[in-house]
This record gives sequence, C-alpha cells and structure tokens, in this order.
Amino acid sequence: MYQYDSFDRQLVSERVEQFRDQVARRLRGELSEEEFLPLRLQNGIYLQLHAYMIRVAIPYGVLSSKQMRRLAYIARTYDKGYGHFTTRQNIQYNWPKLEDLPDILESLADVEMHAIQTSGNCIRNISADQLAGVAADEVTDPRPYSEILRQWSTFHPEFAHLPRKFKFALTGSEDDRAAIAFHDIGYRVVVNDKGEEGFQIFVGGGMGRTPMIAKEITPFIHRKHLLSYTESMLRVYNGYGRRDNKYKARIKILIHEMGIEEYRQRVEEDFARAKDGAMTLDDAEIDRMKAFFAPPAYEDLPATDANVDTLVAENKRFGQWLDRNVEDHKQQGYSIVALSLKTKGVAPGDVTADQMDEIARLADEYSLGIMRTTHKQNIVFPDVRKKDLPALWDELKRIALAEPNIETITDLICCPGLDYCALANARSIPVALELTEKLDDIDYLHDLGDLRLNISGCINACGHHHAGNIGILGVDKKGEEFYQITLGGSSKSDASVGKIVGPAFSADEIVPAVENVLETYTENREEEESFLDCYRRIGMAPFKERLYANN
Amino acid sequence: MRIIKGQEIVEDQWVHVEDEQPLPEGDVIISLARWQAEKDTLIGRNQGGLGVRVSPDYHAEDIADDLEHFDVVALDFPVFRDGRAYSTARLLRDRYNYEGEIRATGDVLRDQLFYMFRCGFDAFEVRADRSIDDAIKAFSEMTVTYQPATDEPLPLWRRRA
Ligand code: SF4
Repeated sequence: MYQYDSFDRQLVSERVEQFRDQVARRLRGELSEEEFLPLRLQNGIYLQLHAYMIRVAIPYGVLSSKQMRRLAYIARTYDKGYGHFTTRQNIQYNWPKLEDLPDILESLADVEMHAIQTSGNCIRNISADQLAGVAADEVTDPRPYSEILRQWSTFHPEFAHLPRKFKFALTGSEDDRAAIAFHDIGYRVVVNDKGEEGFQIFVGGGMGRTPMIAKEITPFIHRKHLLSYTESMLRVYNGYGRRDNKYKARIKILIHEMGIEEYRQRVEEDFARAKDGAMTLDDAEIDRMKAFFAPPAYEDLPATDANVDTLVAENKRFGQWLDRNVEDHKQQGYSIVALSLKTKGVAPGDVTADQMDEIARLADEYSLGIMRTTHKQNIVFPDVRKKDLPALWDELKRIALAEPNIETITDLICCPGLDYCALANARSIPVALELTEKLDDIDYLHDLGDLRLNISGCINACGHHHAGNIGILGVDKKGEEFYQITLGGSSKSDASVGKIVGPAFSADEIVPAVENVLETYTENREEEESFLDCYRRIGMAPFKERLYANN
Repeated sequence: MRIIKGQEIVEDQWVHVEDEQPLPEGDVIISLARWQAEKDTLIGRNQGGLGVRVSPDYHAEDIADDLEHFDVVALDFPVFRDGRAYSTARLLRDRYNYEGEIRATGDVLRDQLFYMFRCGFDAFEVRADRSIDDAIKAFSEMTVTYQPATDEPLPLWRRRA
C-alpha cells in the first residue's frame, strides 16, 4: 500500500495542529458554533442528533492491520467501544467529545490516517473496487491512480468550495464493484488497441432525491492527462454548477440541465488549453505509484487444497461460507475472503473495538497484514492462502464475522437513520435488524441467491436504496415513520434506478411487505433466475398485486 | 481601512466607489457594470488607478478583453461558500496572464486566505468584524501542497526529494 514520506507526514501533522488551534479557539469562545462549523466540516466532523461524529478517511478502502489496531484503540479510548464502517469505505465514530478530537486526529496521523475532506463541498475521499489488484477479472489495478487523484485533490485550493460535495470512484474491471455509475465522476481504467493505459470516464451519476446514472464523457483519455482532464471537469462544474438550491447543486443536475454534449464541449475547451502543462503525469510518477501496489511475493501453491475439499464435503455451513464469502483470486492457490459485518442483532457496518483487534490479528496471520473496506460495509481479506481457509473460518466464527451471507438479502446496506442522523425521516437500523432476525434461515438466503437490499432513512439516499434490487426508503407521514419500497435498482455494470412500487408501509408492515416481495419472486422465477433478472422479466405488476392485495 | 497585501497588513489606498457616487481623485474600485457603461471616459482618466469589482456571476472570460485597463480586479465573495472566484482568479493569472492585483472582497475569512493565495489572490479585505491580525496567521499554517497552482508551478511529485 502507499507509504507516506516526509511531505505527506508534514501535511497531515500541520493539519492536526491547525485544527487543535481551531478547537482551542472554539472552547475559549473565540469562535461561535456557526464560525466553527465550516472548520470542523473540513476535518470530517459533523454535529449529529446527540453528539459530534467524526468520519475517518480510508482511501480507496485499503487498510493495514496496524491502522485497524489504531481504529480499535480510538473506539475504545474516545468512543463507546465501537465504530461504524460506511458506504464510502470510511469509518465513523458517533460519540467523540469535542475536546478529544485533536488527539484523535493526532493518533490517526501517527498511522498515516486522517479525516481530511470526508465532509464539506469538496472532493471527498476516493473510493475504488475493493478487489483492486487481486480480482481475477481485472484489467489494471486502479489503486495507483486512486492515490494520484487523492493527492491531487487533497487541499486543492480551487475546489475547496464547490457547489456541493463531489465523489470519485475507480475500477479497473469490467465487472463494476465500485458503483462508478452512481458517482459524480466514475473512472474505468482501460487499455486501448495501441496497448496504452487510459480512462473511460463517466460523469453526473448520483443518488439523493434525483438519482441519475452517470453518462460517458470520454471513452478514452490517455493516463498522462488524468489530472488535467479531471481538473477541467471540476473547473466547469465549479464555475457553472447551481448554487441557488442545495438540492440542485450536484454535478448530475448541471449535466442534466446543460446536456452532456455542452458540458463535454466546455470541458474539452478548457482541457485544450491546460493540456500538456505541469500536471501531465509522466511514466516515472506512475511507476513510482504502481510500485507501492505491486503484488506481494505470493507463494507457489496448488490450485486446490485437499483439506478444504474434505471440509466442504463434511460441513455444509463451511461450503455455504465458501460459496458466498470467498472469491477467486488471480493468483493460483489464493482466495479473497469477505468478513460479513451483517450479523443478527448488530447494526450493519458496526464493529466493536475487540473485533477490530481480532480482525487486525487475523489479517496479520492470514492476509499479509492488509485488508479492504467495501462500499457494502464489509471487510475483505485480499490475500488468503486456500489452505488456510478452514482455520480462518473457525477464527471468524468465533468473533461472529463468518455469516455466510455476502451479496444475499441480509448483506444489506443501511444508513444510520433516525437513531443518529438529524436529517432522517425514519429509523433504518431497526428495520435492518428486524429483517436479519426474520431472514436467518441460511438455506433460504442461499436459495434466494444474489439479492441486494438497501435502506435509507430519508430521500438523501445515503443507504443507496435507489441502487437496491429491493430498496427501502424512510418517509414521514404526519409525524409517523413510514417506508416506501422500490424495486429493480442495481449499481453494477447494468446500473439502474429502482422504481417505487406504491404507497408506503408502516413500521409494522414493512418487514412482512419485504417477505411478500420475496415470495412473489420465488413463485415467479425460472430456474436459476436472480431476483433482478426475474423482476426485469415480469415487471412491477405481480409484486404490486401481491403487496396491495387486500386494499 | 487595513487590508492584507503581499502577506502583510497595510493601510489600503484604494477607495470603493458606488455606482451613483461621482469618482473622486485617486485610486478607485468601481463596479463592472459602471466600467461597461462608462468605459470610453474611464479609459482616459488619469487621476489615479482603476479597479473593478466583479461578482462571481461573471467568469474570467467575461473580463478578459479589458484586463489591460485594470490595476485591480476585486473578486467578490457574497458568502465564503461560493467558490467560483477561485477558478476566476486562477484563470486570470494562468490563462490571461493578468499581473495586476487580484483582491478578495466580501465574506473573506482567515480560513480561506491560503486557498485564495494559492489561486492567485494577492490582496485581501478581511471581513470587517474579524481580526485581520488573526487572519494573517493563515499563511503560515500549511506548508505542503500537492498540486500545482498559481503560487507553485510544479506538482509535489516533481519536488519530492
Ligand atoms: S439517508 Fe437520510 S437519514 Fe440516512 S444518513 Fe443520509 S441523511 Fe441521514
């Protein structure tokens, strides 16, 4: 992974000192809360319903065991003993005290972490495919470019006050695991027919109250122009994005109103003048970055392991875990293992300090000390030897992270909702908990197969309900919590936005309603057909009929 | 009034003149609208320097043709959150090679000064209710910059030892 040098270290520690001074001024009353607001926001600190919340950046989801231990320490020392992994591959702490925040940031800086640009109307932490570098279907590893973009966007003076927040995602595979179509800018690393590396770029995707699928702005731009082209894209948005209405300020609205052709033309005009300037990437810099992400020294291992095969035959649960939580690695004899943070009785994405310490230990023992966070709020061990799978499975069961439910309906994404968030219409965590409680028959989950269910507590869609095959959206009906169901969303390469089925359900009705949706699917599906394929074939009507049969 | 100029606090010699007021002698900053309306007479004025005040609704290209007549371009921040003028300043410097003063006016606060400086601003009218002596500390807080900007021609990767 990337290692800080003295420049990176200095930048982060100067930032900590600057913030320490700002907090001191706030505590002495020299800054009002109103004046402090933009300052804390630039350091990833929000004021929630009950307390401050700090969001720590995990750039493109890559985390070392040393860093994970530090996250555990912070959870234990400054919070209530847990942290919450988010849909942006970051981690949030919900209960820090204002006076502790500078120490938290200093502690993070020690392990090359920070909370820079995890909030505010700037370029946010960059996300990328959680299987970057190890996925069997990968063309090019997007992490070196993610790091190049991270550095370029950090404290970019021109783009610190954009019309609205701005999110990048990168992938280097055909199979999109980073939801690039739902980002302000999505990059796919591609290789053209001359063998040159470059980017296919999409712009103007997003969730929120106006969900949109990003549009292609260019099928190929040479990698050396990555930063200049991106800067031109941002400059046009900074100059012309709407600032009169917060809900129309994202770039998706600009693209929608201006049209992708006009936007592209303005970007190309700016780029034509900026091109080949100081920001042009040279091979030396790209190679330097690539070296940080070079594959580790893998052992020469056989493709299969006899012990694994025996255990599969003997133990159905192990087989189910392999089936759902373990993926093929590009290196023979290795596997990619997902730790499910979606277990019964736990808010999706929540991890205790003790679990974090154990995860760090296991990463050291089984995954070369490295792990990834995912936008689906799980953790991935990228480099596990196949022969270690039985031992790792045992260990993960012990700390309740071996639920064999990855990409099943209970691997759901869920925003904090009304339990924490001041903007919420409804609670989302209790709905998630009730669902995982009800749907705890592993055989049934496996029979349902791939099924993405996402929950947001309000139209801001932090729980990505638009991109759920089944989406649940909290709405307010005369002061009561109600829930709408959407169907047919997807964030993969076939991205689509879910459609509302009909009138909302009360808190008591929502889980039975989801069960009705599932039954409609199992009754209508053909052979191995997934939920999404089935929905796309039979359409909304059968679901609607079933859901509103008694009205 | 005291302003920050070249990272020092100085007494300002420029006067903001409203549209309906007659122009006094000396260095004046007028609105872009007035410039556009009275351009012909203003070009011949020889009683002092001329500056224009530009709202962020105008972009660099809107004033590019007239830059030779301005000693000061004052880019206004109606609220600090409105970041359009950062791009305007950069383009004035880097693309239109404007060498006169670029001044930040309006909601100008300590915590934006460094970014403004990096984008080519070299004079700052700190908001009247804030301490200018406090604000000037902003320039020494951060010393590492990753990306090239008006103040720094090279990205950090070309400067790393
Ligand atoms: S979707 Fe709404 S309720 Fe949920 S975290 Fe976002 S703003 Fe809060």
